[in-house]
Amino acid sequence: MQYLDEYRDAKIARALAAEIARRTTQPWVLMEICGGQTHTLVRYGIDELLPAGVEMVHGPGCPVCVTPLETVDKAIAIAARPEVTLLSYGDMLRVPGSRGDLFQVKAAGGDVRIVYAPTEALKFARAHPERQVVFFAVGFETTAPANAMAVWQAKREGLRNFSMLASHVLVPPATRALLASPRTRVQGFIGPGHVCTVMGTREYEALAREFRVPIVVGGFEPLDLLEAILMLVTQLEQGRAEVENQYVRSVSQVGNPQAQRALAEVFAVCDQKWRGIGGIAQSGLALRPEYAAFDADRLYGTAGFSASEPAECMSAAVLQGLRKPADCPAFATRCTPDTPLGAPMVSSEGACAAYYLYRRHTAGAGRA
Amino acid sequence: MCLAIPGRILERSGRDGTAWGRIQFGGIMREACLDFVPEAAVGDYVIVHVGFAISVVDRAEAERSFALLQSMGVLEDELRSDLEAG
Ligand code: SF4
Repeated sequence: MQYLDEYRDAKIARALAAEIARRTTQPWVLMEICGGQTHTLVRYGIDELLPAGVEMVHGPGCPVCVTPLETVDKAIAIAARPEVTLLSYGDMLRVPGSRGDLFQVKAAGGDVRIVYAPTEALKFARAHPERQVVFFAVGFETTAPANAMAVWQAKREGLRNFSMLASHVLVPPATRALLASPRTRVQGFIGPGHVCTVMGTREYEALAREFRVPIVVGGFEPLDLLEAILMLVTQLEQGRAEVENQYVRSVSQVGNPQAQRALAEVFAVCDQKWRGIGGIAQSGLALRPEYAAFDADRLYGTAGFSASEPAECMSAAVLQGLRKPADCPAFATRCTPDTPLGAPMVSSEGACAAYYLYRRHTAGAGRA
Repeated sequence: MCLAIPGRILERSGRDGTAWGRIQFGGIMREACLDFVPEAAVGDYVIVHVGFAISVVDRAEAERSFALLQSMGVLEDELRSDLEAG
């Protein structure tokens, strides 16, 4: 366990792993939904520390990875316009569209910039009334309230040169789709700690009841994940299927009401396509009609875009926990973080990138 | 981009009808909106995601998470901005 040894609580981690092994009497397949958790899990080799019967599969929990191909194409088309400055989170610039990515638009003279917060895009729009400023907003429920606030404030100030290309995804409907699939192998979920910090845990209670599946909302550190896994295995071994909260230091049952209010003011739930997975009913957020003047998709006439995904990329199976990244023939050969074929290779929270960074020499060996 | 990072509120101010804080993440400073955590005060530790504080956490917990994120080398990427210098 070379990775875990770098972690100062390695002793406690090992004790937790031993306790998981002691309680496990039969094989269980568990999924972490959030990409931040995938990153920690792979980085510290947590999954390799578990008893043979407990298998971790990685979920669709990286908003960058599931942003539809045609939405990336839209961003590229809009960014190429001379009057536009397009701003987005750093990872989005490297996500491949049908042809090229946003970095290539930037290299060809397009005005594309990285921001770390949506309010920075707003600030830029105020300071540059001569530019049309488009914020390419992606995210789960954690990010959507922040993106919402930018639009809300733009409307309040009457900013006329700010708009948003929005692609938001919701975790509970995607979890439901995974569970409803006849191919699913998942028997327990680690719930996304920061999504639940915003939304609370109530939506997950219905899922746990309906599919008789335990869900433990977990944090992002090695010990958080091990504790969440222990809580899941304990429930499974006892035949329980409840929502429990391991990440109490940030998550409450009701979540953050201020953030929820911002989200509901600006966005309404809509059907949404997930890259690699396909359409999932009521799993996204669209700008409400009152905010149509800030909808870049409408302003730049890109609503009709469609694209089909490259056949070579196995991300559909990877994002649904059916295959591991190293099962993909392109992994670490034709597909690397520098030349990603699919979005899960782009962000460090994408499963393929996490395996490339920390597992290439073991999992990917011999495939080159 | 989905990470959330604990930082300490150094200063609180109001602007454009919103509450703002100057937040310290180790050696990096950033502004964050405090509208979602009206209870947070100067000196408190908050979890910040894309420039918005989403919860208030205990100091020891925050420092531990921060050290971990730093050792994972993901902070710079998460706080990267072409508009704001260092
Ligand atoms: S390794 Fe690359 S091509 Fe293969 S599934 Fe992952 S992103 Fe797609």
